[in-house]
Amino acid sequence: MPFLFRPAPMAIAVAALLVAGCGTNGSVAKNQPADQKIDNSAVVAHYADVAHATFEDALITARTLNAATDRLIANPTEANLQTAKEAWYAARVPYQQSEVFRFGNTLVDDWEGQVNAWPLDEGLIDYVESDGYQYELGNAGATANIIASNSINVGGEQLDVSTLTAELLADLNEIGGSEANVASGYHAIEFLLWGQDLNGFSAGSGERPVSDYQQGTDCTNGNCNRRADYLDAVTDLLIDDLEWMTAQWAEGSSDNYRAQLTSADASEGVQKMLFGMGSLSLGELAGERMKVALEANSFEDEHDCFSDNTHNSHYYNGQGIQNVYTGTYRRVDNSVVTGPSLADLVEQTNPQLNAELNKQLNESMQALGLIKAKAESSQAPMAFDMMIAPGNGEGAKIVNNAIMALVVQTGSIEQAARELGIEALSPDDAGHSF
Amino acid sequence: MKTLLLTGALAFASAPLFAGAAVATVAGADGSSEHAGYALQTTPMTGGDGTVNQSDTNAFSLPQGNLSMTKRLDFSVGNSFFRNPWVEAPASTKARDGLGPLFNTNACQGCHLKDGRGHPPAVDTPSVSLFLRLAVPHDAVKDADILRTNGFKPHPVYGAQLQTSALPGAKPEADLVLSWTKRIEVLADGTEVELREPVYTIENPNYGPLGDNLLISPRVAPPMIGMGLLEAIPAETVAALADSDDTNGDGISGRVNQVWDIASQQTVPGRFGWKAAEPDVHQQSMGAFAGDMGLTSSLKTATDCTPSQNCDAWANGGDPEVTDKIADFVTFYSKSLAVPARRDMGSATVQQGARLFNETGCAACHTPTYVTGVNPQRPDLSSQTIWPYSDLLLHDMGPALADGRDEFLADGNEWRTAPLWGVGLAQQVNPLAGFLHDGRARTLEEAILWHGGEAQPASDRYRQMMVKERNALIEFLTSL
Repeated sequence: MPFLFRPAPMAIAVAALLVAGCGTNGSVAKNQPADQKIDNSAVVAHYADVAHATFEDALITARTLNAATDRLIANPTEANLQTAKEAWYAARVPYQQSEVFRFGNTLVDDWEGQVNAWPLDEGLIDYVESDGYQYELGNAGATANIIASNSINVGGEQLDVSTLTAELLADLNEIGGSEANVASGYHAIEFLLWGQDLNGFSAGSGERPVSDYQQGTDCTNGNCNRRADYLDAVTDLLIDDLEWMTAQWAEGSSDNYRAQLTSADASEGVQKMLFGMGSLSLGELAGERMKVALEANSFEDEHDCFSDNTHNSHYYNGQGIQNVYTGTYRRVDNSVVTGPSLADLVEQTNPQLNAELNKQLNESMQALGLIKAKAESSQAPMAFDMMIAPGNGEGAKIVNNAIMALVVQTGSIEQAARELGIEALSPDDAGHSF
Repeated sequence: MKTLLLTGALAFASAPLFAGAAVATVAGADGSSEHAGYALQTTPMTGGDGTVNQSDTNAFSLPQGNLSMTKRLDFSVGNSFFRNPWVEAPASTKARDGLGPLFNTNACQGCHLKDGRGHPPAVDTPSVSLFLRLAVPHDAVKDADILRTNGFKPHPVYGAQLQTSALPGAKPEADLVLSWTKRIEVLADGTEVELREPVYTIENPNYGPLGDNLLISPRVAPPMIGMGLLEAIPAETVAALADSDDTNGDGISGRVNQVWDIASQQTVPGRFGWKAAEPDVHQQSMGAFAGDMGLTSSLKTATDCTPSQNCDAWANGGDPEVTDKIADFVTFYSKSLAVPARRDMGSATVQQGARLFNETGCAACHTPTYVTGVNPQRPDLSSQTIWPYSDLLLHDMGPALADGRDEFLADGNEWRTAPLWGVGLAQQVNPLAGFLHDGRARTLEEAILWHGGEAQPASDRYRQMMVKERNALIEFLTSL
């Protein structure tokens, strides 16, 4: 079945989402008459607005990325490769802010695997350096190399991969039952642009030569035509997926996720919001993505490992959490979406807690900002994979500060939940927990 | 059967009887309740304050609900090391290398599926979450040293467990092949229940013959919930339940295993594992790293590789392979998985089942409730009223379940009473989960019918019940 991560409802008017475009709703506070007390349903409706704007920005930037990869394929020059990489970086900015919607909303979490799955056994996709390549034991897909093959065999299943299409790549995800078999999404694209990062804890990211996309005798590492086909298909699939998700959050449809969310009991929506914030803040970002990498001193635990963009992934994850609380989202065109927020709700009953949580969200953004600044510094930059290296006391301190800031803010997120009458922030069904 | 509902203090001096007796329910002023001489659970909070409301596939995967925020972070770090696979050394993933060369699985979750029970393998599939422990007969005098510290005499070549996986280039010890024989139980009302009995065959032994005197003991991975709470039950409380000589004449003679504590280098009461052969969660966890995954720790410095298996030819993943830091995270995680709340307690059938559980004598070994001790390091586990339904003692379970293999004081017929909390969610968490030490029972009814030895009278009472009563008892268990 193609597009296997897509749950119902399938019938979405995709055209509807495109008219909104960017820049049309800057600084618009809607859903709420000015002189009334803000209630849960207004906050949940605005949450859907923020989600829609965020996914739409992800879509807009993915389209730019797709145009850039198309140019790279048509004309494989250093400049075009660089432009494609820049476009990938830009596409990550809104997408990472959207991850806060993944936690608490099963629909997003179920869909996410095809879009942002990680870590991946990249040898499924293309050639790898055998010395520096680690993969899941017993994963036959880990060395399948789709680009070099017309047909692959994973777990006894023989598959024709001679024609690389978006549908095929969607089908190949988790082939053979291994979650490390990621054939699509941002990280697959990242690998196709950067290649393996063989620098370990040292400075530097993947160094895929642009000649990997040159046709004829200039082609390096073989199968350049298929590599180009793969890149073309995988970026098409990303757009397709983001179109679908953006439509799920669009206003004016009666059978999309937004309609379902906003017609349910609004306190459930508020719980999803707070659960998403808390889950991403503590278990996922502070725990899985930072503390595990730090305690394990393991660059294999790095999030955006090919491009060394992990600092931005973390930073914009944090930004997403703040966006949901404040109901404020700065779009990629610099317009600002604002509206009734969790902050407004907490302010109505406990202004002190609201001030405290706002302060803590700012502090964690500063701490994450320091990781970003250090990684992007022109003077002796220190990427996330260098910060977590054994014996790097300075790096560990910077990362630990961010972890602790996230832990502290999660405590207040829970307090806010209690303040708003939500007894337990336990998940309904998203499969994620603190 | 007639049930009297009484209020006020009424002491029961004699053992509960099933048929013909008037059985009383006592509701105490403090909200506690007793029926047929055993406590009756009136709160859904099976695991005390840390109990969680989760009854789906993630029911066993949540942290203690009363953990502090920083501790929840430690939990999520432990979760990552529990879940993610370990790899062959040397590897860039220094923290997680050193797997094998002989092992049963490459991640804790490989057996403790979704933190729940494992299962016997399906036909023609390799066994992962069930393996065989191995031993050879011992001489009490000549083998005294190994018995004191190991509890049994491992096979001289294959060691203490059959490892059916190996790194590329190494040979797994053997293949474990499981087949089933069927047997039909006929209940008093004529109802037939089909039971399946496992038959284990070890094929393709790669390190020489296993010999004629090999002793095997199948073990399926147990669920991970409430381990820290069980550890927090005071030793005196458990010791007080023991009645090795059956002085009270109820036919039940639970006893405490006495096992080797590696950290303190002395013999102490055992509490964890199917034969209560481990003193605490940390030693149990390090034992699993060593035996199931071939990973050394500072507590368990050797894996289950014997000298003739030449495991030193493979690179190790550091000394030890599981650093103390990571070991502590994993142990913390293992002690912090919350117990899910009970469901359907308002149902009259469930309430009837709860009374039958006590009247039938199930509660004689499946001790309903405890209050945990105080651990200043773990306020979330301290002074909690919990409902694990186990006395944590060894009991003779009869020949049908016997493995014929000693482990410290536990003889070949004895098993530790399995805690029943969460048992009703076992197959929500892992649809293939089976019950009993080898997962042979596909349903709770099958599990009851396998109970022999000291539990024979209780399982016979079940056989005598009318269908409505049997269903009520099963519904009660399902509500746990």
